[in-house]
Amino acid sequence: MENLDALTSDALQAIEQAQDIPGLEQLRVQYLGKKGSLTDLLKGLGKLDPSERPQAGASINAAKVQVQDALEARKLTLSAAAEVTQQKAEAVDVTLPGRRQSSGGLHPVTRTLQRIESIFATAGFDVVQGPEIEDDYHNFEALNIPAHHPARAMHDTFYFDSGLLLRTHTSTVQVRVMEEGEAPFRFICPGRVYRCDSDLTHTPMFHQVEGMLVDEHATMADLKGLLVEFLQVFFEADLEVRFRPSYFPFTEPSAEMDVQCVSCKGEGCRVCSHTGWLEVGGCGMVHPNVLRSSNIDSEKFTGFAFGMGVDRLAMLRYQINDLRLLFDNDLRFLRQFSEGQGV
Amino acid sequence: MQFSESWLREWINPDIDTDTLVAQLTMAGLEVDSVTAAGQYFSGVIIAEVRSVEPHPDADKLRVCQVFNGTDLFQVVCGAANVAAGQKVAYASLGALLGKEFKIKKAKLRGVESFGMICSAEELGLAEQSDGIMVLPAEAELGIDIRKFLALDDSLIEVDLTPNRGDCLSIAGIAREVGVLNNLQVTAPSIDTVAPQIDETFPISLESPQHCPRYLGRVLKNINPDVQSPQWLQERLRRSGIKSIDPVVDVTNLVIMELGQPMHAFDYEKLEGGINVRLAANKEKLTLLDGKEVELSPDTLVIADSKKALAIAGVMGGLDSSVQAYTSHIFLESAFFTPQCIAGKARSYGLQTDAAHRFERGVDFNLPRQAMERATTLLLEIVGGEAGPVIEEVQSLPEDKTVALRAERISRILGITMSAEQVESILTGLGLTLINKDAESWTFAVPSWRFDIAIEEDLVEELARIFGYDNLPVTEPLSRFSLKPQVEARVGLPTIRERLTALGYQEVITYSFVDKKLELLLGAAETDLLPLANPISQDMSVMRTSLWPGLLGTLQYNHHRQQNRVRIFESGLVFSNRNNNIEQISKVASILWGSQFPEQWGEQGTPVDFFSMKGDLESLLGLTLEEQGFSFIADTHPALQPGQTARVVRGEKTIGWLGALASSAQQHIDINGKVYLMELDLEAVAEARLPVYQELSRFPSVRRDLAVIVDVAQQTGEIQLAIKEKAGELLSEIVIFDVYQGQNIEKTKKSLAIGLTFQHPSRTLTDEEINSIINNCINVLEAQFNAELRM
Repeated sequence: MENLDALTSDALQAIEQAQDIPGLEQLRVQYLGKKGSLTDLLKGLGKLDPSERPQAGASINAAKVQVQDALEARKLTLSAAAEVTQQKAEAVDVTLPGRRQSSGGLHPVTRTLQRIESIFATAGFDVVQGPEIEDDYHNFEALNIPAHHPARAMHDTFYFDSGLLLRTHTSTVQVRVMEEGEAPFRFICPGRVYRCDSDLTHTPMFHQVEGMLVDEHATMADLKGLLVEFLQVFFEADLEVRFRPSYFPFTEPSAEMDVQCVSCKGEGCRVCSHTGWLEVGGCGMVHPNVLRSSNIDSEKFTGFAFGMGVDRLAMLRYQINDLRLLFDNDLRFLRQFSEGQGV
Repeated sequence: MQFSESWLREWINPDIDTDTLVAQLTMAGLEVDSVTAAGQYFSGVIIAEVRSVEPHPDADKLRVCQVFNGTDLFQVVCGAANVAAGQKVAYASLGALLGKEFKIKKAKLRGVESFGMICSAEELGLAEQSDGIMVLPAEAELGIDIRKFLALDDSLIEVDLTPNRGDCLSIAGIAREVGVLNNLQVTAPSIDTVAPQIDETFPISLESPQHCPRYLGRVLKNINPDVQSPQWLQERLRRSGIKSIDPVVDVTNLVIMELGQPMHAFDYEKLEGGINVRLAANKEKLTLLDGKEVELSPDTLVIADSKKALAIAGVMGGLDSSVQAYTSHIFLESAFFTPQCIAGKARSYGLQTDAAHRFERGVDFNLPRQAMERATTLLLEIVGGEAGPVIEEVQSLPEDKTVALRAERISRILGITMSAEQVESILTGLGLTLINKDAESWTFAVPSWRFDIAIEEDLVEELARIFGYDNLPVTEPLSRFSLKPQVEARVGLPTIRERLTALGYQEVITYSFVDKKLELLLGAAETDLLPLANPISQDMSVMRTSLWPGLLGTLQYNHHRQQNRVRIFESGLVFSNRNNNIEQISKVASILWGSQFPEQWGEQGTPVDFFSMKGDLESLLGLTLEEQGFSFIADTHPALQPGQTARVVRGEKTIGWLGALASSAQQHIDINGKVYLMELDLEAVAEARLPVYQELSRFPSVRRDLAVIVDVAQQTGEIQLAIKEKAGELLSEIVIFDVYQGQNIEKTKKSLAIGLTFQHPSRTLTDEEINSIINNCINVLEAQFNAELRM
């Protein structure tokens, strides 16, 4: 059986030297295949003396197992190496930027409006919209501002030759909602408004959000409560809010609301012109004439309304120091609200 | 309105500092806009007497004066022509500071030594310009600091009054408020009745008493026209932001500031017959004080004499009857014109006057007599003369108003209860009179100066105001709790925005008024445009009929700022005039320009094309889950390039457009590279389908690919449609996976590669079935489109 030993050692050596899976397969066929050398030895057992057969058979089988194991082991080694080679070939520079479309984003005013809408939605306020070209009735008359009323001078109104106008406030939507629905009401109306005024701190178009609650128990204390809560939620800060008497023909009592400066927390800075306060809107209890002109029983129902400058809230929230940036639509500005600050 | 704190404190002097006073006013609704110092900075200026004036030996225009400060004599060289011995003057001694920088030092003027300076009002910041030095009253005490003498350590308070508070447009009005806020009595200066010294009267008739229910007049004769307004008067006016003109005008201006009553003085010698307060006659003309001639509208109330209009009542006097430098007889007017009569009048003549500002807000109709006596007293003091008796005409004064107030209403509106004492003390403090009361209610009479109080809520507001808005509690509204309908099968604007931003679009917000030229260039019909009557500028003069002008403007703006790639969208209303019916429609629109992807490795910078935009648009339509309900029709649009223009249709209705910007518009915005645009009607894409589950097939699908050659102009959409029809229900997907023109294909032809996937819900399809369908499809394509099967 010297033959067997030599054969086995040849096989093991060849397997050890095999460089790839096909070469290994070839060796498997050469030694263990149907016509392989070791298979041949097994076939030759019959020629041996029966007494020698068991031992010879056992030796051959042992050699076969030995070769088979070597083949398996080598195969594992080779395939592991092949995988490594492939992985190396497929390796990427993970620091290269990913392939992508640019990111879009919402305008900061839209972002602010959505925030306002979602905050009021948590308290059950609907969002309603109205037309921007309005008639005198809805913009003024129904809001208790008759022709020649001095309050009209506070609104630099854009007119059309027909006498129609661009709404100067979103309060117009109040009237439309009340005309069409039934009390109680709880809604906000965000949107564009227009005034014929253009300078550093005024744009001829800007955004307001009007809010209204009409119910059987709505008081000025509730109005204060709602707005203080809103401003604190909006700014995510425990800011002080103050209410000053003011005048809007469609509310009585009327108030102007100031929030403690978000920038200096009331210490006084450039943002608040060193007053510590920022004017953010007007509000008040709905004037009985307004309720009446919408056929609402002003004895049964009371209500409050408020209006805030959305652009101003956006500027304060995102520390934008120039109103005009909002309408220049410089992409470098807008991207700061969708992509961050660049390099 | 601007007023001086020290003047106010003569009326009411609460023990609080300026800051507290200002805060009090603001929190009571009289918003303080600014507080400034009454005088500019200077120091070391004292009162001195000019003892002698000698000519300067070497200069004609200079005088050498000896000035006495009460203890010492100083030589001062002075250039003012009006300097004279015996005058009391403002003397800036050596070391005095005029402003922070200018220090007075010993000087030599043309060889004569000068120890200090005699100041003009201008040099002390007390007048915009001065003609000569400031001469002080003879009784001024020598050596006193001029700041102290003129009470310059005073604050000028500017209040921004709301239109309802015309009653606060005077020291008297502000004092009344401060009195209630501090629970103090106001001490108004006493106003004496001037006994007539002459009998001269001038008849008054009120032809239009509903506009002018009360008119008082008085003749003053032999006034001295050469007198100047005294220093105190000029200074008081200056601190009220009013320029001193002459004593007569200054006195009427003082009265307007002090009491709130606008007055007017006529040159008595120019008046004929009598005063008639009437409406203007047709096409009547009047030259106003400012020299402008106006044609009066027939609803304008005028003060006329028996011949002609003299003044626009409550707005402005006329030039012809105005008091001149030589006038020595005057007729003083103090009247009540109703707010309704004056409202808007000044503006309709392009005017803005203190008188109109007050009358249109409402001036106390019981004030004219007091004002008349006050003005007469002051005039007699300053310009002398003799006063005639007051002539008064009164007809149909406003009725006294009473307002009822229920305690229950106070708590309903404010959310607090107030004691009866509190209610009564606040309201009577404001000048209301308690007429009647019971356990639950009161009735108050409203004073004649409060035009803004008419109903119960007005009283509640007064209570809240004086009580302090900040003292009202802060509570949470009680409200019913109910769920609201939520339509799910609807694509709202937020969803559209979200999809567009996910597709890489940046939202913009542009003005709703745009350049008319651009609108017309983009195809708006002139008759559809809505021009503003008072646009802010020419390029913002018409309402947008499309969102494209704004987007193109934004593209151009950013192109000018070195952006080389723009993907933006906007949503909002567009406006048009359709047969005098104004349409306001919500749209969404977007614009693409530059490369398909941002610059990055592995990308060649392929520019966007029609299909980039169409793909994004399809993605929006897909939100409805009914994309197949939309179609794209080749069409033309004035803003878009022919051949690259599609009309978007849902059912039968046009709901939008997409395409490449036409070259004319492209030239207008001066930009290279193709621009793609789309616009959709938001309402038309809002309607969506609720998803409904369909059984998944457990059986294998079969894919077959077809390549056909058709005419270049052949619309793929038609081919797809024909295949869908022919293939029937088993066709589960159809995809165009290649469109090829070029080698091996005739120039007038193109090759389309179409992938068809078939699947049966409940069994495996056989080859025979598929082959038969495919053959049918091929036959249709050959027959209908002259297609040639490519092998």
